[in-house]
Amino acid sequence: MRLVATASQTVGPFFYIGLGHLCNAQRSLETIPAAVHGKVLDALGVPVPDAVLELWQANTRGHYVAEPESNSGAASGFARIATDDQGCFSFNTCRPGAVPFDSEQMQAPHIVVLVFCRGLLRHLMTRMYFPDEPANDADPVLQSLPADRRRTLIASKASPDTLEWNIVLQGEDETVFFAW
Amino acid sequence: MPETSFVETVFVGTQPEYHYPPYVSSIARSPRKPLAMLPHTLSERTGPVFGHSLLAENDNDLTAQHEGAPIGERIIVHGRVLDEDARPVRGALVEMWQANAAGRYRHKVDQHHAPLDPNFTGCGRTITDQDGRYRFKTIKPGAYPWGNHSNAWRPAHIHFSLFGAGILSRLVTQMYFPGDPLQPFDPIFNSIADENARNRLVSRFDLDTTEPDYALAFAFDIVLRGSEEAVFEQVSR
Repeated sequence: MRLVATASQTVGPFFYIGLGHLCNAQRSLETIPAAVHGKVLDALGVPVPDAVLELWQANTRGHYVAEPESNSGAASGFARIATDDQGCFSFNTCRPGAVPFDSEQMQAPHIVVLVFCRGLLRHLMTRMYFPDEPANDADPVLQSLPADRRRTLIASKASPDTLEWNIVLQGEDETVFFAW
Repeated sequence: MPETSFVETVFVGTQPEYHYPPYVSSIARSPRKPLAMLPHTLSERTGPVFGHSLLAENDNDLTAQHEGAPIGERIIVHGRVLDEDARPVRGALVEMWQANAAGRYRHKVDQHHAPLDPNFTGCGRTITDQDGRYRFKTIKPGAYPWGNHSNAWRPAHIHFSLFGAGILSRLVTQMYFPGDPLQPFDPIFNSIADENARNRLVSRFDLDTTEPDYALAFAFDIVLRGSEEAVFEQVSR
């Protein structure tokens, strides 16, 4: 017998009460971390100060490690990041290794990103890709998108050590979001 | 080539639309461009597992987290977390949060003119057992007014957040209480078009789990999206 998955409801403005304990936690990741910062923006370009992102990524060897670390109780490939009063988020991570798409093709390094906020009745699912990454040209998910929308998933280099990537919930520069 | 999911087309109306104008803040925060189809690769079929080291004593008992007992009706909230094949989801992290009995949240943004309770924070978490069961002890939250429209009140509700097998199982939802007259007027509750799907968010009064002279009980089962080749069960804990 197939059951229907429970319906989603908005995370609401007070999520920090329940979800804050895992927000912006320190993680142990291999190699040199890359810093990523950005803003969540709404249809009017107004920053969203009450959003929370969840990240899921492979390690530098391209492996998803589900098991929690003993100190944090959470998998190192997972992070939960809340936006601040200016709608800004930032996190440190390592560039993940390539992960298979299927038995024939590989995917370019990417981070799975979930977006929750007041106003979103169901969370959004997107991906962040890395700049200066030759594998992007052969990534099946990126290449399945219209060329003008593809760039919304690729972070830009803000400085030698930092990347910038904004999440635009609605509008001309709307980030690509996925159905699952 | 990994299969794309067609669940969205099969179960119409069992999930809310993003753009739902009666819920005013959805107007500027919902995507309007077409969603892209996402093939289910390893990135989608895997997901984080959370360990028991995350949990401290009384994390699932919101009545025992402060010096005194909180004001309000003591309730047990419990249920099973299942996947779409009705199998228990073991080791699933369940996080929850809620307002106090007066309908006030312990959060700087909530300035609703109702008292805070020094003996209540409103945050709980637990991990499901071998049968996929979870259990919280708390007090029944009050309804509260919000600015969505004139004389708008949220029905009494508890926020739930779950991680099952794989990142696609991720669910954030709200549990409601039976017999609450506010539900028909609530845009968030009514954003779910399918009546059965909507009603499944309403908990069931559970007399059998009630503890005489002590606490009432409500049952709320939750179904998560499964992962076709879930790697979840292979992780040893």
